[in-house]
This record gives sequence, structure tokens and C-alpha cells, in this order.
Amino acid sequence: MSSLAAVTASNLRKDLRLEWRSKDAVNAMLFFALLVVVIFSFAFDPTAEESRQIVGGLVWVAFLFAAIVALNQAWMRELRNQVLDAYRVSPAPANALFMGKALGNFLFISVVEALLMPLFVVFYNLRPVGPAWQLVPVFLLGTWALVVVGTFFAAISLRTRSREVMLPLILFPISIPALLAMVEATTMILTGTETPRFWMTLLLVYDVIFTTVCLLLFETVLHAE
Amino acid sequence: MKFKILAVITFLLLSYALYQGMWAAPREATMGDIQRIFYYHVPSAWTSFLCFFANFIASVVYLARRNLKADAFAVSTAEVGVVFCTVVLVTGPLWARPVWGIWWTWDARLTTTLVLWLIYVSYLMLRRYSTGQATPTLAAALAIFGFLDVPIVYMSIRWWRTQHPQPVIAGGQGSGLDPHMWTAVLWNWAAFMAFAALLIWVRYRLEIVRQQLDEAHALKAVGQAEGSFTR
Repeated sequence: MSSLAAVTASNLRKDLRLEWRSKDAVNAMLFFALLVVVIFSFAFDPTAEESRQIVGGLVWVAFLFAAIVALNQAWMRELRNQVLDAYRVSPAPANALFMGKALGNFLFISVVEALLMPLFVVFYNLRPVGPAWQLVPVFLLGTWALVVVGTFFAAISLRTRSREVMLPLILFPISIPALLAMVEATTMILTGTETPRFWMTLLLVYDVIFTTVCLLLFETVLHAE
Repeated sequence: MKFKILAVITFLLLSYALYQGMWAAPREATMGDIQRIFYYHVPSAWTSFLCFFANFIASVVYLARRNLKADAFAVSTAEVGVVFCTVVLVTGPLWARPVWGIWWTWDARLTTTLVLWLIYVSYLMLRRYSTGQATPTLAAALAIFGFLDVPIVYMSIRWWRTQHPQPVIAGGQGSGLDPHMWTAVLWNWAAFMAFAALLIWVRYRLEIVRQQLDEAHALKAVGQAEGSFTR
């Protein structure tokens, strides 16, 4: 167990260091999500009241698309210099690689979300009616839901022709319930109509189920020949 | 030979089920003859759900045993399941338009079926775009995700939209079918199951042949490589 934690930590450190030096994923995501924010506000041109209703959807669509950009790059790094092949023949636990990668992606996407939320507030004149602190657990649970399945599916799409196209095609259908939960919970908090307890529970259940399945199946997928 | 017997049985069942659905079953009181689409809509739905369940079992068996026959079965059931699911999604709006006045509504069961269809189409896309020996493993992993996702999808959409027609068949008081309608539904279901089995059989044999062909190509390539090596 300790070796699992240790290898996870060293994988995570490596990813963070690479990202810190290049800032490839975060920069690409930030600019991409920024473009989505701007284009959406042209497309809908909402009033303050309308924007409370629609921003839940816009935020998550923007972050979902941005996450695809980062997830597609996540495993590409490991293809250079056959790092992934080296990992396959090494005795290090496969799940440590997966967890390191997933935690890294989670941090990158969370940073992007934290930096872009103020922009949504500015561009859409947002003033949440419900308790805004509840957005924090919704964003943590929602981002993990996207990232854990996304990291796993990125490892699958790595093995296909036209990899970059494949990831959204397999990720979006499976993520539909999680996306629905994130959007509904965010909208409820912004408009203050209902408590989002059901949706937060659903996200938690989704996270627990799919994190377990990812950990059970990752080794199989990594070694698939 | 067995295949021909199944084909004949399927033909007879489909003919008799057509008679049951179109003539023997009584005309529905409020909807009239349009309700007869029910005998195609509901049995198709049940058949496609069973196909997806079979796909899940076959995928788990493939991952446990690494048996390529299980993989061939998984592809066949997924494809046939998608076909029947498409039938459900096409007959649904055809029925809804005259009865509800709208083609589509985002209610729990319609949306769940649509998401189910999307999930299994993405499964088939993955198989289509994936190359090499890893395909069965990757597809089996995705199939497990997809199958586990279905109850979550259903729960979420049910919570999201709960305004639609109560279940007709086992929905508590005042629901229920005329016994003749039951007969027609069950005959049609039997016929559709036989038809699905027939399609799965054909597709399965095709997939096995494709696997053998792949293997033969691979062996030939290895043989040529070795030949050029020794020369």
C-alpha cells in the first residue's frame, strides 16, 4: 500500500513538474474556456436574471470542452520516448500511474475553473441567490467525475486511430448523468430555488462507482495488447 | 441446419405475431388503431435491453477468460441491440405524434433510452476506430462502464423529469392491459427475440470468420518476416 501511495505521489510530482515548466495544459485550457465564455455571451446575450438560469449549463460545457483538451494531452506525454511501454514492463502498480495522472488532471482543471469563475461572474453579471459556498463541493465532485472517467477513457482512446476525436465520443455519453447533476446543482445554487442535495448525492455515487471501476480495470487496459 | 430451423421458426413467429398484433388484439378505446404500434415498440425495447445485458455478460466473460468467442458475442449483441433500440426510438415518436401531439419529450424513459442508444453507439464507434489486438479488451472495459451507467442515467433523468405517462403494464391501480393485448405483446416479443437471436447468430458467425481471417493474415505476415530473415 505504501508503495502504491509512494509511486502515485512520484507520478503526480512528475506531472506537476512537467506542467509547471511547460504550462501546456493549463494555458490551452484557459484560453479555450475563455473563448467559449466570450462566444456564449455573444450567442445568448442574457440579462442578469436569464444568466442565472443558463450559466450552470454554460460553465460546465466550457469546462467539459476545456477538460477534453487537457485529457487528450495527458497520455500523449507518456508516448514520447516510450515511457508508457517502460511503465508496462516495470513492477510499479498500474493504479499508481492512473491515480497520479487523474489527480494531476484534477488539479489542472480545478486551477482553470478557479481562474475562470470570476470571468463568468464579470461577463454574465452573476449574483448567486442561493448559498454560494455550496458551489465548492459541487465543483470538486463534478470535476472529479469528469476527470476520473476522462483519464481512463483517454487511456483507451490512445489506442485508437484518430485519438483526439475518439475521447469525446466515448466520454460524453457516459458522462451525461454527471453533467446533468453538475448543471442542475449549479443552477439551483445560483437561482436559490431548491437545495441541490439530490444532485450532490448523485455526483458522489457516480464518483464512488466509477473511481472503483477505473481502479479495477486500469491494469487490464494498460496491458491490453 | 439448426440455423435453418431457427430461421423457419422466426418466420412463423413473426407472421403469427403480425396477425396477433394487427387483427386478433382488440382496438384500443381512446387511441384507436394507432395503439397497435405498441406491439412493435415495447417488444423491441425489451429485446434491445436484453441484448445490452447479454453484451455486458459477454464483456465480463471476455475480460475474465480472454475468450475471443465471448468478444464476438459481445459485438453481435451490441449491434443487434442498437438496431432494436433504433426501432424503439423511431416507433416512439411515430406513436407520440398523434397521441400526445408531440414527436418527442424529454421525459425519463425516452431520455434514458436515447442515452442508452448513445452509449452503445459510442461502444460501436470505439470498436470501429480501435486497431489491433487491444480492441476486445478496450471495448469490454467501455461496455462495463456503459452498463453501470444505465441505472445512474435512469435515476438522474427520473429526478430531472417526472411528468410522463405512468407505466402502463404494472403501474398500480387502473393500469393493466386487456388479456388479448397481453397475448399480442408476448407473441410479438417471442417473435422479436427469435429474430434478434437469428441476427446475432449471423453476426456472430461473421465475426468469428473475421477473427480467423485476421489471425491468418497475422500468421502470414510473421511467416514472411521469418522467411526474409532466414534468407
